[in-house]
Amino acid sequence: MSAIALVFGTLFGALIDLNKPGNYIHWGFIQMSYGNLIVIILMVIVFFAAILIPFKTHKDKGGDR
Amino acid sequence: MSADTHKKPKKFVQDRDALAWKGRYEPYDLAKEFLIALIVVIILVAGLAVLFGSPDDKPVTVQSWSTANPVDFAQTAITELDGTSATATYGPPYNLNGDAQSIGPIAPAKWLGVHHPIDTANDYVLGPLGTLPESPEVQAAVAEYKSASASQQAAWTAAYEKGVANATFTNGTLVVPAGDYGPVGTIVPALTDMARSGALDGALLSSRQFYGTDYTKPLLFIADGQYLSNLAANDHLSGDQWGMMNETGQWPGQAWLWLYTLWYQVPPANTSDNGDILVFAFMIGLTILLALVPFIPGLRSIPRWTRIYRLIWRNHYREVEGGSTGGGTSGSPPQVEATSPEPEPVPV
Amino acid sequence: MTIADPKAPRPDQADLDKAADRPEDADQWTAKIRTAAVEALPPQRMLPDRQPAYVASWIYVFGVTTIAALCMVIATGFVLAIFGPNWWHVSSTGLFVNSLHLWSVEIFMFAMVIHLWGKFFMAAWRGKRKATWISGVVVFLVSVGAAFTGYLSQQNFDSQWISTQAKDGINSTGAGAIFNVTNFGQMIMWHIVLLPLVVVALVGLHVLMVRLRGVVTPFAAKNETPGVQPGSDTAGAEVQA
Repeated sequence: MSAIALVFGTLFGALIDLNKPGNYIHWGFIQMSYGNLIVIILMVIVFFAAILIPFKTHKDKGGDR
Repeated sequence: MSADTHKKPKKFVQDRDALAWKGRYEPYDLAKEFLIALIVVIILVAGLAVLFGSPDDKPVTVQSWSTANPVDFAQTAITELDGTSATATYGPPYNLNGDAQSIGPIAPAKWLGVHHPIDTANDYVLGPLGTLPESPEVQAAVAEYKSASASQQAAWTAAYEKGVANATFTNGTLVVPAGDYGPVGTIVPALTDMARSGALDGALLSSRQFYGTDYTKPLLFIADGQYLSNLAANDHLSGDQWGMMNETGQWPGQAWLWLYTLWYQVPPANTSDNGDILVFAFMIGLTILLALVPFIPGLRSIPRWTRIYRLIWRNHYREVEGGSTGGGTSGSPPQVEATSPEPEPVPV
Repeated sequence: MTIADPKAPRPDQADLDKAADRPEDADQWTAKIRTAAVEALPPQRMLPDRQPAYVASWIYVFGVTTIAALCMVIATGFVLAIFGPNWWHVSSTGLFVNSLHLWSVEIFMFAMVIHLWGKFFMAAWRGKRKATWISGVVVFLVSVGAAFTGYLSQQNFDSQWISTQAKDGINSTGAGAIFNVTNFGQMIMWHIVLLPLVVVALVGLHVLMVRLRGVVTPFAAKNETPGVQPGSDTAGAEVQA
C-alpha cells in the first residue's frame, strides 16, 4: 500500500521541481523567463516543422483507397 | 450557374477573394484525425503534468503579513486611517477620493462611478477594532478618535505617519518613537495585534455577510503594503518586470500576454498616471485591427508578400507549375465542390 | 392540417423520416429552418470524407489539435469542479488534476497560436471567409479571458497578485464597475459557466463556417492568372459564391 502511495505521490507531485526562483534573460528592455522563452521558441520551431515536414497522403501511400 | 447580367462582374482581388476548387480531392478521415489528436494531447498533457506539476504558492493573509512584517503593516494601517493609501486615494470604482484614469475627455471609470465602496478608515481600522470584545482601552481610543475634529484627526495621523516610518517591532510590540499621537498611538498597535492574531482577516471578510466570496476588501488592504509586492518582485511578477507574462517559480506563464505587457515597459505607459487606460485602448485598437485584417489592404497582403504559402502548398504548386500539360490541375474533369466525387485517377 | 383518423394505421418513424418536405408544411418555422440548414450544410458537407488535394500539410492539424486540447481543458475542469475549488490545495490527486488542467491550457494556447499563424500566412479569410477569420480572433480573445479568470480563481498567492494588479487595467476602462477581479465568487462563475459556454459556442460556429466554405484554396500559381479558373476558357472571374 505504501509503495503504491509512494509511486503515485511522486508522480502526482511532479518529477521536476519548478518551485525555485526562475531564471531570466535580459536583452535590452526585454526580460523573459526561461520557461516562456522555451515555449515561444518551441512554437516557432513547431510552426516551421509543420510546414516543412512532408504530410503523407493516400496518394503517396500507393493509391489504395 | 446563372449569369447576373445586371451586376458588374466583381473584380478579383487576390488578397480578398478565392476561386472555388475544381481540382482533385483526396480521402481525409476527420474523425480519425480528431481521435489521434486527442490521444496525442492526452499523452502530452499527462507527460507534462507528471514531469512539471503546477505551482501553488500559499496565499498571504493579513495575519501572515503582519506577522512577517509588522512594521510594514503598521505603516500601511496609518495610511488607511488617514486616507493616504493607494486604495483610499484610488477613486472609482472604490471611492471618490481620486481621479479616474482618462484619455483626454474619455474617463469611463469616472462616468460609471463607485460600485465597490471602500472607506478605508472605517472598513480597515475603526470598524474591525469595534468588533474586539473586552478591550475597553481600544474602544475608548476609537471613540476619542471618532469624536475629534477632522483637523485634530489629521494632526494625530500625520504625526504618527512620520513616527512610524522609524518604527521597530520588539518583543511582540510595536515600538514607535515618542510623539503627540493621541488615540492613534493606541489604535494602530491594537490593529497590528488584531492582525497578528488572525482576527482581522475574519473581520474584513465577514463585515457584510457570513458567506463571503468577495475578497476585495482584504486583498486591497494587503496590496497597499510592501509585503505582497516584495514577494511578487522576487518572482519577477512586477509590472515593470514583464510580470504579466510570468508565473511563480520556473513554470512557463502566459506567453500570449507578451504584447500587452510590452507597452508597460516603455513610454508613455511606464510613467504616465493614465498608463493603464493608454495600454488598454491601444491593445483594443490592435485587436480590432487583427479582426479586420481581411478588410485592410496592405495588411491582408502580407501573406502573399512573405510567400510562406509557397512552402505550405508546395506540392500543389509543383503539380500545377512543374511539367504538366497546359495550365490548371491534373486534367481531371471539373468537380463541383462539396459533393463526394469518385477518387480521381492520380497523375504520375 | 387534417386531423388524423384515429382508426388509421399510425405512421412509424421510418415513414416520418422518408416523408420529404411536405408542401403544405413549408411555411412552418421548423420546416423552414430544417430546409435551410440541410441546404447549407448537407451531411456530406458537415462531415466530409474528402478534402481538396492541397490540404496536405501538418499545419492543417492545429485546428483540430486546439479542439482536442479544449476537450481536455473542459474534462479536467469538470473533475476540478466535482470536488470544488479547495480540493487541489489539499489533495495530491487534486494537485495532479490541476496540473493536467494547466498544461492542457498551455497546449491549447500553443496549438491555437500556431493555427492562427498558419491561417494568417494562408490568408484564410479569402473567398468569403472573413467571418471565419473574425470568429477565430474573437474566440482567441475570449479564451485569453477564460484563462485569465482561471488564474484569478486559484485562491493562492498567484491569484492574489494577479487580481490586485489586473484591477488597475480593468478599472481604467470602467469595466471594473461590473467585472471585479478581486471578487472570487464572480470570477469563478465567469470561469466555469459563462466563458466556457461562449468559447464552445464560438468554436462550434467557427467549425460550421469552415464546413460551409471549405478550406481556402491556394493563391494562384505562377502559370495561372489570378481570378481565372484554371483550365477554363472564359476570362471572367469565377469568384467563390
